[in-house]
Amino acid sequence: MALFSDPFDALASLQQALDSYRESSWLDAGLSGGGAYPPMNVFRKGDDFVIITEIPGVKKSDLDVQVKGRTLRLSGEKKVEFPEKAAVHRRERLAGRFDRALTLPVEINPDGVKAEYRDGILALILPQAESAKAKSITIG
Amino acid sequence: MSKEPNRKGLTTGELKEMAVREKKELVAKEEKTVPGRYFVPYADICETEEALTVVLEMPGVEKKDLDVNVEKDVLRVDGRIDFSKYKDMEPVYAEYNVGHYARSFALGSAVDQERIGANLEDGVLTLTLQKAKHAQPRKIAIG
Repeated sequence: MALFSDPFDALASLQQALDSYRESSWLDAGLSGGGAYPPMNVFRKGDDFVIITEIPGVKKSDLDVQVKGRTLRLSGEKKVEFPEKAAVHRRERLAGRFDRALTLPVEINPDGVKAEYRDGILALILPQAESAKAKSITIG
Repeated sequence: MSKEPNRKGLTTGELKEMAVREKKELVAKEEKTVPGRYFVPYADICETEEALTVVLEMPGVEKKDLDVNVEKDVLRVDGRIDFSKYKDMEPVYAEYNVGHYARSFALGSAVDQERIGANLEDGVLTLTLQKAKHAQPRKIAIG
């Protein structure tokens, strides 16, 4: 029985999979501002593409997502605030503005794009355009 | 850096373009017995007369998967990622890795360990550690 390791194995294999796709050439042609904030992961889920990005501390109202053709633009700002009279002992969190565009190498349906923001993680679900989907051919 | 107070009475640094950083992997004192990597959440710590505030970035951690405890003067924060959300997802491009978060801090006697407040919002955990009465500054009236 894989009682111990089951859910953790799943995590380890996800981490391994992500490692092997680090900086893959999939987006080579279409990525502007490579290495820009925020870092993004792209997944394929069925016929959809899912872009996931970690932006902890960014408020939903400070976030702007635009889609035009195959290009997606994510911009916003992150604020880090301290009480006025506080002595700051440690400061590791970064604050600032960001603006990043990403062009997918496949046609997407811009009207079907959905965005979900929860717990500092933004997930963008981009359905493939009908014209880009693979069709099964019946062999006669 | 400009230190203009905004309407909430908080100071904010000037907003600059943000840069990316590689997540820092946790090198724990005790090793984990299960596979899977942990990361160290970025932290801000500041102190006022009444309290010590620790702010930790743990994107993707839900309230139910968060553990904050104090044992032997050590504040320990453990946040787990629900990676079942990644089921049926096939990566095609990746710039960062995902994993659980853990970090601990040694507490001084100045902190009232019974009174620690926690708030999780947009992937940011704010812990408010009230100072013990004896550690708060007292005003001495000069007679």
